[in-house]
Amino acid sequence: MNKIFFHYAAPQNFYALAGRLWPWMAALASALALWGLWLGFFVAPTDFQQGQGYRIIFVHVPVSWMSMIIYLAMAFWAFLGLTFNTRLSGMMCRALAPTGAICAFLSLWTGALWGKPMWGAWWVWDARLTSELILFFLYLGYIALTNAIDDTRRADKAGGILALVGALNVPVIYFSVKWWNTLHQGASVSLTQGSKMAEIMLQAMLIMAVAFWLYAIAIALYRVRSMILMRERHAQWVADLPEIKAQFKGALP
Amino acid sequence: MIWNSAADFWAMGGYGFYVWGSFGVTALLMALEVGWVRQQRQRALAQVAAESASEQGLIKDWQS
Repeated sequence: MNKIFFHYAAPQNFYALAGRLWPWMAALASALALWGLWLGFFVAPTDFQQGQGYRIIFVHVPVSWMSMIIYLAMAFWAFLGLTFNTRLSGMMCRALAPTGAICAFLSLWTGALWGKPMWGAWWVWDARLTSELILFFLYLGYIALTNAIDDTRRADKAGGILALVGALNVPVIYFSVKWWNTLHQGASVSLTQGSKMAEIMLQAMLIMAVAFWLYAIAIALYRVRSMILMRERHAQWVADLPEIKAQFKGALP
Repeated sequence: MIWNSAADFWAMGGYGFYVWGSFGVTALLMALEVGWVRQQRQRALAQVAAESASEQGLIKDWQS
């Protein structure tokens, strides 16, 4: 196990692994998204309270979960990077951040579009909404901070510390509906109490969640490959890659 | 079937703007992100190729 771990901690090996993995993740994500959308729009019945407007949850809940999961994944890589000083960790952290920021933005966006017809307001300063907004700013802060520092190792370290400290906000988001008496409804799906939703609605939502999860993995793997290329560009193995050699062929007459 | 017609489907029981606003912007951002990472990769490949060419003294071949 340790051997495998350290093998793939080397950028060269991870570049190859990520290249083999991302197409499968992307294909699976697309297939699950189609299935989830089919269930969500054509099989799941109308909600007796919220009419058709409730269908927003099929995108709102998955992107909200992903915004938190991606941040935790970043904190995990940041922890690995700060303790073991592996080169790959900083790159994974930075490859995940843009996707996390997009998920956090979409969580707020779809939430606003749900809130307007259901609550009568695009936005309220509710504990859950506010902590999600803070998460969005943490992503933007992370991206700005790591881009502002030219020395990549220092940028990775500074970003890693921000990712770790900011992770404290994630449980605040998750438990905000319990800790404070907020406008945002409580969890419809709970690890301890199971689900309060109709079976088919829950199924569609979970399938969409898995689809978004796989999408995030695929896109982060794809993005990290470009980062590995840039950072390792003076290494011989990079120059020997067929995709680099193909660049020359295109340039020659 | 829940929907009687295509128009019925797009109307989403009066919630059309909110439902399609949510799914539409999500799809748009995902499409933009995919385009963006692909562009990043193309740029990285081109830059790495150019640099390794100049390092190995192949810059003339590269330019011709």
